[in-house]
Amino acid sequence: MAILITDSTRVIVQGMSGRIGSFHAADMIRYGTNVVGGVTPGKGGERHLDLPLFNTVREAVAETGAEASLIFVPPPFAADAILEAADAGIRTAVCVTDGIPSQDMMQVKRFLRRYPEMKKLRLIGPNCAGVISPGKGFMGIMPPHIYMPGRVGIVGRSGTLGYEAASQMKALGIGVSTSVGIGGDPINGSSFRDILHLFQNDPDTDAVMMIGEIGGPQEAEAAAFARDHMTKPVVAYIAGLSAPKGRKMGHAGAIVSAFGESAQEKVEILAAAGISVAPNPSSMGETMAAVLRMRGLMGVSDAVGLPLAG
Amino acid sequence: MDIHEYQAKEILARFGVPVPRGGLAYSPEQAGYRARELGGKAWVVKAQVHSGGRGAAGGVKLCHTADEVHAFAATLFGRQLVTKQTDANGKGVYRVWVEGASDIAQEIYLGFVLDRKSERIMIVASGHGGMEIEDLAENDPDSLRRMTLDPAVGLSEYQARELAFQLGLKGGQIAQMVTILKACYRAYRDLDAVMVEINPLVVTGSGDLVALDAKMSFDTNALFRRPEIAELRDRSQEDPRESTAGDHGLSYVGLTGDIGCIINGAGLAMATMDMIKLAGGEPANFLDIGGGASPERVVRAFRTVLADGNVSVILVNIFAGINRCDWVAQGVVQAYKEVGLTIPVIVRLAGTNVEEGQAIINASGLPLISADTLAEAAAAAVAARPRKAA
Repeated sequence: MAILITDSTRVIVQGMSGRIGSFHAADMIRYGTNVVGGVTPGKGGERHLDLPLFNTVREAVAETGAEASLIFVPPPFAADAILEAADAGIRTAVCVTDGIPSQDMMQVKRFLRRYPEMKKLRLIGPNCAGVISPGKGFMGIMPPHIYMPGRVGIVGRSGTLGYEAASQMKALGIGVSTSVGIGGDPINGSSFRDILHLFQNDPDTDAVMMIGEIGGPQEAEAAAFARDHMTKPVVAYIAGLSAPKGRKMGHAGAIVSAFGESAQEKVEILAAAGISVAPNPSSMGETMAAVLRMRGLMGVSDAVGLPLAG
Repeated sequence: MDIHEYQAKEILARFGVPVPRGGLAYSPEQAGYRARELGGKAWVVKAQVHSGGRGAAGGVKLCHTADEVHAFAATLFGRQLVTKQTDANGKGVYRVWVEGASDIAQEIYLGFVLDRKSERIMIVASGHGGMEIEDLAENDPDSLRRMTLDPAVGLSEYQARELAFQLGLKGGQIAQMVTILKACYRAYRDLDAVMVEINPLVVTGSGDLVALDAKMSFDTNALFRRPEIAELRDRSQEDPRESTAGDHGLSYVGLTGDIGCIINGAGLAMATMDMIKLAGGEPANFLDIGGGASPERVVRAFRTVLADGNVSVILVNIFAGINRCDWVAQGVVQAYKEVGLTIPVIVRLAGTNVEEGQAIINASGLPLISADTLAEAAAAAVAARPRKAA
């Protein structure tokens, strides 16, 4: 089943006719993602990538039954695009856009609370690589071929570090159920904790690889959730052990500004919650393999333990 | 993006925060003139740099004559002020603020920040101001009051009143504090700030509230809609390498080691730095080339890293998703030729178009060291460093 996206999820792309939106939408379609249309205000009625374009998300939902949206809209208009998706009844939106003002995100988070749980939009990102369920479909900008289908979930702030984890696991014959990039911004749609919750309830996921970094309270919240509510093992890595205090490392959110936000403190909090922490970024795959072996989960299904293809 | 104290005071005054009268000077003569112009018997002369801790670093002085103002200002201009918040190079003083001295009965700390836990604006305040918030949090945590604000309704009058009473203010000070809190909130919200700090906000001998110091920091992502704030950027207060790199779409942070890093993605960049450190080396920098990097941007990344004289090895680590390994490889080859590289370069490529990228590296005939994994790349970079003469 995987989480957030499967082969039957009907996906639209907001900003599909733009250069970047177009490139990645084509990649998604080639991979087999069930893309059903795009939204570009003013281009409703035209076709792009052999799919219908709509003026509004509401029209797209009415015509195609879309449940999920990938948002490729420039920063000044991205928050509005998220609100439009939420109001049109989209259930999962992935926003790739980097550079959305933080007060816009504050408004978005407040707005999303107006919907009852059954109708609420789940936002992934912004400033993220997206979501992929290998072999089924993806919404985002990741190179899909580096992921092997399997039963380990990945959740991380950084896109490229998520690729690194997936490729280390693939080299050891460990595949992925779904990989989720939650993004590097200070305010994001879904937290580590939110995604851990989804993986805990997903019958196709046996264990979770969580990739955090310096800054923010989310890793500590996730640690408490894993300790109190998860039966599935979690392996973690925290980037930024060598990052100096008070300097922003690329991501707007990657800055140590409060107690418990340095990599060392996060590692200690995670370890205290019973999470296996990879000692360095090259051992994410090995640490996961060791945990799976210990739990008797290595090679339990067809998708796990396959020899490395190609 | 940070601005100077005097600019923050001007902005906050516009929104209704009381600030002392003062004037800006670009020379010692002008500073003395400002003192005479303001009148009074005592003035505070303050170096304008983008850093806290100026007082302890000798950047602030209470002066009693206009000549003393002139003489102190003369020691400030052109100086690199090193505070506990700056690096060892400090920040250059090119502007000085002169204001009438205030008498102080009580000091209050007041800050507006973005709280990542509640994802809202939070007010942090203490009746024991004057010291830095970090020291307050450590030495006097019980004095700190915190309050989060609902973005749908903003700061309510009752919340402002409640905070004023909690800080021990009385009588007419309550209404003054409510005005100040609402002004700071509106400035924060209307100008896309990420931080507003008044420390100290003082109660004067006559019982009035005045902002003696002010700091504001702004969301760089929102500058497109705040041109009046974008204009306040002062490049003299930035690390020139970091701001030049930023102009070219590169995210760069200079560090103290000797292994130059060229990476895509902030997380992978931090992880690569961690790996270098574990392998026994020291990274010279953080550098994220961003998404969709052209060969030209890669060449620019090489120039940026090489501008640091300590760099003795360069490690390129690319896991391409939105990037393309072939473009990066072209950039590496081009940089080798254009920049005239003489130090070892380790290249690790993975992801989108990796075969094409590797082919370009192999066909180049250049002495590039290829690595397949992150661990190999870090180990190779550490091994390739020239041995220091024993």
